[in-house]
Amino acid sequence: MNDSDDIVKEFLVESYENLDRLDRDLVELEKHPSDQEILASVFRTIHTIKGTSGFLAFSKLEAVAHVGENLLARLRDGQLTLSPEITTALLAMVDAVRHMLGSIEATGNEGERNDQELIATLTRLLQPKAEPNPAPDPAPAKEEAQQNDAPHPVPSIGDILIKRGAAKVSEVYDAVEQQKAGDPRHVGEILVEKGAVKPQDVLEALNVQQQARGQSASDSTIRVDVNQLDRLMNRVGELVLLRNQIVQFTNSSEDSGLLATSQRLNLITTELQEGVMKTRMQPIGNIWSKFPRTVRDVALGCGKQVRIEMEGKETELDKTIIEAVKDPLTHIVRNSVDHGIESPEARIAAGKNPEGRLFLRAFHEGGQVNIEITDDGAGLDYEKIRTKAMQKALVSADQAARMTEREITNLIFLPGFSTAEKVTNVSGRGVGMDVVKTNIEKIGGTVDVQSKPGQGSTVRMKIPLTLAIIPALIVTTTGDRYAIPQVSLLELVRLEGEQARKGIELVNGAPVHRLRGQLLPLVYLNRELKADAQAQDAAAAPTTSSSKWESLDFTQARHKHEQWIGRLRQLLDGKTTMTVEQAGSPTECALGKWLYSAGLKDYGSIDEMQALEATHKHFHELVREIVVLNVNGNQSQAQREFSKVEPLSKKIIELLTVVEKKALETQNANIVVLRAGDQQFGLVVDEINDTEEIVVKPLSKQLKSVNAYAGATIMGDGRVALILDVLGLAQRAHVVSEVRDRALAEKEGKQSLGVADGNQRNAVLLFQYGENGRMAIDLSLVARLEEFPRDTIEVAGDQEAVQYRGQIMPLVWVSEVLQTKRRKAAEAGQESLHVVVYADQGRSVGLVVDRILDIVEESFVMQRQTERKGVLGSAVIQKRVTDILDVPGLIAAADGSQLSAGVQT
Amino acid sequence: MANIQQFCTFFLRDQFFGVPVQQVQEVIRYQEMTRVPLMPQVIRGLINLRGQIVMALDLRRRFGMEDRPEYQLPMNVVVRTDDGAVSFLVDEIGDVLEVEEGCFEPPPETLKGEARELVRGVYKLQERLLLVLDTERTVSGGEAARSVQ
Repeated sequence: MNDSDDIVKEFLVESYENLDRLDRDLVELEKHPSDQEILASVFRTIHTIKGTSGFLAFSKLEAVAHVGENLLARLRDGQLTLSPEITTALLAMVDAVRHMLGSIEATGNEGERNDQELIATLTRLLQPKAEPNPAPDPAPAKEEAQQNDAPHPVPSIGDILIKRGAAKVSEVYDAVEQQKAGDPRHVGEILVEKGAVKPQDVLEALNVQQQARGQSASDSTIRVDVNQLDRLMNRVGELVLLRNQIVQFTNSSEDSGLLATSQRLNLITTELQEGVMKTRMQPIGNIWSKFPRTVRDVALGCGKQVRIEMEGKETELDKTIIEAVKDPLTHIVRNSVDHGIESPEARIAAGKNPEGRLFLRAFHEGGQVNIEITDDGAGLDYEKIRTKAMQKALVSADQAARMTEREITNLIFLPGFSTAEKVTNVSGRGVGMDVVKTNIEKIGGTVDVQSKPGQGSTVRMKIPLTLAIIPALIVTTTGDRYAIPQVSLLELVRLEGEQARKGIELVNGAPVHRLRGQLLPLVYLNRELKADAQAQDAAAAPTTSSSKWESLDFTQARHKHEQWIGRLRQLLDGKTTMTVEQAGSPTECALGKWLYSAGLKDYGSIDEMQALEATHKHFHELVREIVVLNVNGNQSQAQREFSKVEPLSKKIIELLTVVEKKALETQNANIVVLRAGDQQFGLVVDEINDTEEIVVKPLSKQLKSVNAYAGATIMGDGRVALILDVLGLAQRAHVVSEVRDRALAEKEGKQSLGVADGNQRNAVLLFQYGENGRMAIDLSLVARLEEFPRDTIEVAGDQEAVQYRGQIMPLVWVSEVLQTKRRKAAEAGQESLHVVVYADQGRSVGLVVDRILDIVEESFVMQRQTERKGVLGSAVIQKRVTDILDVPGLIAAADGSQLSAGVQT
Repeated sequence: MANIQQFCTFFLRDQFFGVPVQQVQEVIRYQEMTRVPLMPQVIRGLINLRGQIVMALDLRRRFGMEDRPEYQLPMNVVVRTDDGAVSFLVDEIGDVLEVEEGCFEPPPETLKGEARELVRGVYKLQERLLLVLDTERTVSGGEAARSVQ
């Protein structure tokens, strides 16, 4: 029983592989109907399936394969020529076979499918058409000779002999003919007998043939159950974790032998890990091989002509990823044929080849795999997308009108979007690119579309190589570690002290940070994870980001240390007693605990912390001493020591107050800038630890359902850490849903604000012109700051200029232009000129100023109130009224014609 | 011969529970856990069981009992479920008992609350009653309602 199960299983595996090749071969055959080699290969495949299914008593399967084989035999023998109809019928037969195989795999029998119609069609096609087939017997000797000893990569003896120059073509041909006529001997034997070749040559040729056989895939590869590989991969994953732990332990060890061993373990584990990962890698060609068929079917269905080309078929990806990208890729390919490539008429009208071209390309880049699907069709119709998006109320008319092509392109990724005029069976059913995008993003990839009207579009995917072991950033929040997949990570921002308080602002209660002038929405990881979390935890740690800090109550600490004075006095007065144990120690009180756990580590940079620690220690030692003296009855000594307590207590209280103030200022914010879809957001965490290679372990369904965790991993210390689902987290925090509006708003903001308008935070360069004119120039306009010795100024025509980086850079004296004054300050004694180099579209102009003052980043409101040339307006910067320079205006004012002439040289 | 079944037994407060031995993967002492925010309170955290990540359910909380005092560390009864291994946090581990099918009875009608849903039936042993836990329901049932909170 088991034996036959095994045979069936093997049959299934083999047949599936063969079927995939059949699809490919049949489509290829349609292009080259007389290619005997392909025909022979197709025939062999079907023949094998028929034979084995007969042997295993799958009669339906056998029946279908049998008619198919008959049809193919006629084709091979030239009694029929391949027509699209026949190809379609044969492909339908392949589908039927595949269906039955699937059924056999699932249930053990062929299923209830009725294939009578298909068999009838195939049988009908068997009859030659009315006109006699003009094709002569196309089977050349070579084909026949090969027919029996199967796989065609192995060349025949005759071929080898001809190639090696040992025999002539005609002689071999004769020998093959003789063999066909009934000679039972081998071709080599016949040739040797005839004296056409030397026995030595035949032996060598046989060797060559043997080698060719040896190299064929079947001998050098074995089939391995995927589950087996998965288990192996899991074990290796565990080994990696153990390795991490061992390395962590040994790093703190002094034993050099142990260290060397652990390094070796480290190395070998890494190699093993890579090796096992490789076994799971599959060429992307495995899924691409189905596309010629897909393209053919879709193209035929919508009356188009499409040719598919591929590059980088051998690019390898992890099996799980291959599976994950299969459907999205298929969808894009279908989409490209259905939507992208035009009908042959339209293509001719547009002056293109009536046959469209679909180009698939895959390649490795930066640890990721890029897959591109390019068509040479009409490209995206922006207007149509715009209208459609408005119709579907995905954007408002107002928004739509302002969108750039790039933004419009992104619209096709919105759920429920399809521009297909009619719903075909291929596309237009509302399940589209959004699903593609979600699926690709689920595995940590990205999708992007580029399009040129009339020239076609390219869909580009970037996909990670593997999902099993990924680099991740480890962060800590409220004492728990979390891993963030590195693919989502953009940058890390740390705000310290003052910055932390000012850098995080609120927009109607929502925290944001200005990252290079753009608003970055902030998500506090602790709050996000606590939103509806365990009540007891929520109560234990308040919702601010610094639970650690609050573990010390400063008021309480001050009070406690003041109380000691009273207690000691009572003790010395004999009103109370105290044992040595009750005297406490510097590590036992709340302040001590805080100091030696988090305090010194986190706030050690505050000067007073060291003093606080020392004083606190001294204080407790003194208290203890007094208690001991008291217990021993040495009252006078105790009294003497007691007088020292009060100053110490006062000192502690003082220091605590200072430290409290400073600590509040140095409270830091760690922002992890993440990408979730098109949107960026900042995740605020308590601590950023390190990056690590982590082994992704799946979570149970229940844990996955909250949409905040992508999995879990085991850290170096053996504890479990959760892997954050960045996209899910963004959705939970409602960062992602507003993507589109936000992108628009940002854009709008930039356009209307101009250089330094509005209440925006801007980086500006402050300089002085004339005696006391203060001026600011937007830092983004400044290319460099230079100093030129006065004697390097040359005069070209009427224009003063310096040689700068191999070019002539005209100079403009800011004070002269603005104050219509001769360049007094500049000429008065200064040996060198301060020049602000302004660069615009490859040309440079040097703005001569009198003094560079400062670079500041400040938010200011510009008042447009000036008519002066070269000045945009004024604003209060650094509490002083400052003019804002209008560089283009200034240059124009400085005698435009000459300057621009000078610039062009 | 009456049918004999083996049960891995444990205590929750003073109640005596059992899980069919076939469903139990192993019994281990208290393990450090990583808590999982956003999850219902029943889920106490994740433990690392020799490289396998296992979710730990607190049966006291599942049954709506008060938490065990802090000093009392729970034991883990790791059971196999359709959704991978799950650990039940219990107070104490009892013996593996062989009981006869004959002394089984469905839960009494008066059983209230969560227990009604989670107890498959009762074995009347000589000295006490053994409540049979429905592991699948313990892991999944009622969770949906709870996670909404």
